[in-house]
Amino acid sequence: MIRFDQVTKAYPDGTVAVDGLDLTAPTGRTTVLVGPSGCGKTTSLRMVNRLIEPSSGTVLLDGRDTAGLDTAELRRGIGYVIQNAGLFPHRTVADNIASVPRLLGWTRRRARDRALELLELVGLPASYAGRYPAQLSGGQQQRVGVARALAADPPVMLMDEPFSAVDPVVRARLQEEFLALQREIGKTILFVTHDIAEAVTLGDRIAVLRVGGHLAQFAEPHELLTRPVDDFVADFVGRDRGYRALDFAAPAALEVREEPAVRLGATLEQARAAARDGWALVVSDENRPLGWIDVGAAAPGTAGTDPVGHGHLLLGGTTARRSGGLRELLDAALSSPSGRGAVTDDAGALTGTVTPEDVVRAITAARAEDAAAGAGRETGPGATAAGGDRNRAAAEGTA
Amino acid sequence: MIALRWLSDNAGVMAEYFLAHVWLSVLPLLLGLVLALPLGWAAHHFGFLYRPLVAGSALLYTLPSLALFVLLPQVLGTRMLDPVNIVCALTVYTVALLVRVVADGLAAVPEDTVRAADAMGYTAVQRWAAVELPVAVPVIAAGLRVASVSNVSLVSLGALLGIPQLGSLFTLGFQLGYLLPIAAGIVLCLLLAWLLDGLILAAARLLTPWKRAETPA
Repeated sequence: MIRFDQVTKAYPDGTVAVDGLDLTAPTGRTTVLVGPSGCGKTTSLRMVNRLIEPSSGTVLLDGRDTAGLDTAELRRGIGYVIQNAGLFPHRTVADNIASVPRLLGWTRRRARDRALELLELVGLPASYAGRYPAQLSGGQQQRVGVARALAADPPVMLMDEPFSAVDPVVRARLQEEFLALQREIGKTILFVTHDIAEAVTLGDRIAVLRVGGHLAQFAEPHELLTRPVDDFVADFVGRDRGYRALDFAAPAALEVREEPAVRLGATLEQARAAARDGWALVVSDENRPLGWIDVGAAAPGTAGTDPVGHGHLLLGGTTARRSGGLRELLDAALSSPSGRGAVTDDAGALTGTVTPEDVVRAITAARAEDAAAGAGRETGPGATAAGGDRNRAAAEGTA
Repeated sequence: MIALRWLSDNAGVMAEYFLAHVWLSVLPLLLGLVLALPLGWAAHHFGFLYRPLVAGSALLYTLPSLALFVLLPQVLGTRMLDPVNIVCALTVYTVALLVRVVADGLAAVPEDTVRAADAMGYTAVQRWAAVELPVAVPVIAAGLRVASVSNVSLVSLGALLGIPQLGSLFTLGFQLGYLLPIAAGIVLCLLLAWLLDGLILAAARLLTPWKRAETPA
């Protein structure tokens, strides 16, 4: 547990970066500090491992005042991940990861074994162990950065915009992997970002800070999206917060319709026979949705016995997992050229389709449930949003 | 014929001169590096020291070398012919060249890298030895190459004080009115400069396998 107790950071020139921060980041959970630039989020993070010393107030780690600890020792017990990974350019990937274990006096062999283990944990092949950071892509460097922070198995991790410098596709994948990893390792994580979407995706609790280092709101994602405390938070959370909040409502009442799909390579004849409203869904041999075929438009110059190829497919639609949030399902339904969104199981195999109307009905049902549970949330801090299953979409394939 | 004869007669002396030249130029290079590392670190680490240290060392380099050779015995209390004078003078020049190089080399270490080292719990000394210095090697090596060439050429001035090394061949040729010793001295100086440069390059390559990795495969 990380606790900020009336922590203030003021500089000699009078600027106040953090002003009387009171915040508790619970053990084993991800707490996100989010806010515009100048809100003191990074300063707050750096006061935990004392890269910055507070002007007043105390930062406690599991009840111990960090001010009384030896800085080097304190820091070796805290994982730290930064935006551009900050890898040591002169050390191989394995040696980078082994840095803290070596500082702690592990033998070379044990540190190396640990490094290889972590390489696997963050999804990099063992053959990367001997490479230098300059030989890796930004996303790979960031994975090594995470592995390095985890090397000595610290209970606490500080992450300062770790995914901000990579492209959106890689970022989404890293976020997804982060969630899976955190489910596995359950670290106490303090995570800084300026991106509210990232905060909502990754955080168990989110602290919104405003310029001048004031805590504006500290809440769970769903609460933040549905009940911002003031105009600043509402503004910061953004215009599409209603849409994003759908991530936190489980599509309990949603019925998935059966969809007669055809395999890639089937004849146009067969596609025409399977089509409804002029559209047929095409799947791979593994029953994964690939795209839609407009059976009316595909005809010119082609015989009915021609096989359905990739060239016939319209790829605009996303797919949604049945276990994903309502946002994922709504997006699949809205983006599909046929008006029917492809729904899959967790393995990616087709289970059926939903229309936008189906999803909206499910949203309405979820809201009613939410309202009923809402009364409980007012009084009981343990209650979360109705069906607060935080199983969210990260990878949305196209179909 | 006469030339070959002269060369073979004097091969032993020239070898002696060459070896003397080697240690008179290499020892100050090493001493200068050892002194410049902490000075350069201080200039980099304490911002207010950068200007005085770098400007001060640059000033040292403008001291006329001959004047320094003549003055040092009085400052150090050594004899005029003592090679220590040359070693001290060239150490001063090496420091003068390298303080800035070391400071700038350390400054070129990416900020993220340094912060990551701090955050991982490296102490200041560990960070310097294990992270900053190795990353600064290419810059420091480049400075050392300049200093080594400069030293090789400055050592020969010691001939004017009568300290035996390759420069002695120049004074000899001058006295005899004979070009051959001068030519031989120049060739041997060039050879030495080239050897030292190669050695520094090789050492730098050995210390920076990661640099070669930076060029995409």
